[in-house]
Amino acid sequence: MNDLRDLYQEVILDHNKRPRNFRIIPQPTHKADGVNPLCGDRISVYLDIEDGVIRDIAFQGAGCAISSASASLMTEALKGKPVDEVEHLFEAFHNVVTSECECPRGLGKLSVLAGVRDYPSRVKCATLAWHAVRAALEKRKEPVATE
Amino acid sequence: MSALHALSTAPVAHAGLDLARIRADFPILRQRVHGKPLVYLDNAASAQRPKAVIDAISECYSTYYANIHRGVHLLSERSTAAYEGAREKVRAFLNAASVQEIIFTRSTTESINLVASSFGGSMVKAGDEIVITGMEHHSNIVPWQLLCERTGATLKVVPFTDAGELILEEYERLLDSGRVKLVAVVHLSNALGTINPVKFMIELAHARGIPVLVDGAQSVPHLAVDVRVLDCEFYAFSSHKLYGPSGVGVLYGKQALLEAMPPYQGGGDMIRLVTFEKTEYADLPNKFEAGTPNIAGVIGLGAALDWLNAIGLDAVAAHEHELLDYATALLQQIPGLSIMGTARDKAALAAFTLQGVHPHDIGTILDREGVAIRAGHHCAQPVMQRYGVPATARASFAVYNTRDEVDALVKALWKVKELFE
Ligand SMILES: Cc1ncc(COP(=O)(O)O)c(C=O)c1O
Repeated sequence: MNDLRDLYQEVILDHNKRPRNFRIIPQPTHKADGVNPLCGDRISVYLDIEDGVIRDIAFQGAGCAISSASASLMTEALKGKPVDEVEHLFEAFHNVVTSECECPRGLGKLSVLAGVRDYPSRVKCATLAWHAVRAALEKRKEPVATE
Repeated sequence: MSALHALSTAPVAHAGLDLARIRADFPILRQRVHGKPLVYLDNAASAQRPKAVIDAISECYSTYYANIHRGVHLLSERSTAAYEGAREKVRAFLNAASVQEIIFTRSTTESINLVASSFGGSMVKAGDEIVITGMEHHSNIVPWQLLCERTGATLKVVPFTDAGELILEEYERLLDSGRVKLVAVVHLSNALGTINPVKFMIELAHARGIPVLVDGAQSVPHLAVDVRVLDCEFYAFSSHKLYGPSGVGVLYGKQALLEAMPPYQGGGDMIRLVTFEKTEYADLPNKFEAGTPNIAGVIGLGAALDWLNAIGLDAVAAHEHELLDYATALLQQIPGLSIMGTARDKAALAAFTLQGVHPHDIGTILDREGVAIRAGHHCAQPVMQRYGVPATARASFAVYNTRDEVDALVKALWKVKELFE
């Protein structure tokens, strides 16, 4: 039970139950869908970008606790950030959920997902929303898949 | 055996089965995962193999392996005899009329693709219809969609009720169009556990002169199948769900139909005479077995059938039925849990959702408790869409599962609730 708590931390359970920015942005400047073919989970992310800054970001969709919480935490982390920083943050986040390296600074709450590294089959859940944001920024039409 | 006791699975005999002995036949079950005794409840995805199967494969490779049907030497003769012996075992298992009606493939999936390509490619034309059901596995949907794309035929789908039972009036209505060239139906649904009334469905189709393919991937491990009683044209299954090795499948087909059908793949073993002008094909079943097959795998399947016959499918079915009833009763006591698939005629598995917890999270938490289940869409996305869920959790049973293992499942599910409360 204890090691499960490392994965399912309070913050994650809370964001799963009450996801932040869980809504549609009616006229987003950017939008994309992400699917996890393994489980059929699908999320949509919406961004409103002005002068290279993410003014608003939101998501919709159904997923497991890890993918929902990760999406919710991601929207909090990215709101107000310059678009240029997304790629860098995604990389840092990806490292945290896949490798044993020290948690990079500046990830803030996102680092609660570090427990995912002990559950290799769940890494895709944690990165689904990020893949979708990347696809939105690249203005891709087809839904991105995690594999 | 001491390992068994260490795991305190304390098997109890049900329906005359000696569960302790049966479990002792499966080396893989004697282990701990994440420090807990392994409780393997993912049998619908793939079952485990008894030692008899592992030994048969090992014996083949260590004492008599050679290519079949071509050597004049002793090893080739022995391999050929063992391979063809397994064909006879499959014939007897299905009660087919002749070994010529038993074709070895790679899997259920390949068996269905063979029919879609060979039968479908030669007999289905633009404007024709293929009837399937709403509870098919992707492997009994996509080959027909591909066929329809190639030929201009149309796919028709029999709907089912909330309980997971096919609506047979709709089925009859679809059959009455006068354009149906084939019915393809799953015998036991891997997503719901429903046992479909295939015998009756075949009668309805035959009354209109329509042939029927039955997807038996899930049914053969759990219920005795007699293809002559069913009178189906085709029956497909996989070895790996039947305690045999992976990479081997079976297609049963009625001889006259198989004879009329063109080959599926071309190559060695499926010819009688090849010149650059013309090729004469081999007789059944070789016509449909191009190239060197999975020789040791087929022999392993034969060993699995021997092993299963020694226990008896009726005893297996009775034991699994009792386990399912026991599991269903306990699962229903968990608040927020709903079982998907409550057909009157049901076997071998319980698919469910738990309010507020995604099946993937259930799967991860259960795994840490040693309980292996499947979480996902079970390659039956249309079934998930029918119920409006992205996925389900599924516990599926085999002959070696025990009541104690059901208890472990249920206990772990209560932990899931505790964690997510
Ligand atoms: C009902 C059903 N049909 C077909 C298949 C496909 O079997 P295979 O992957 O062995 O080809 C499965 C396997 O999950 C199944 O459950």
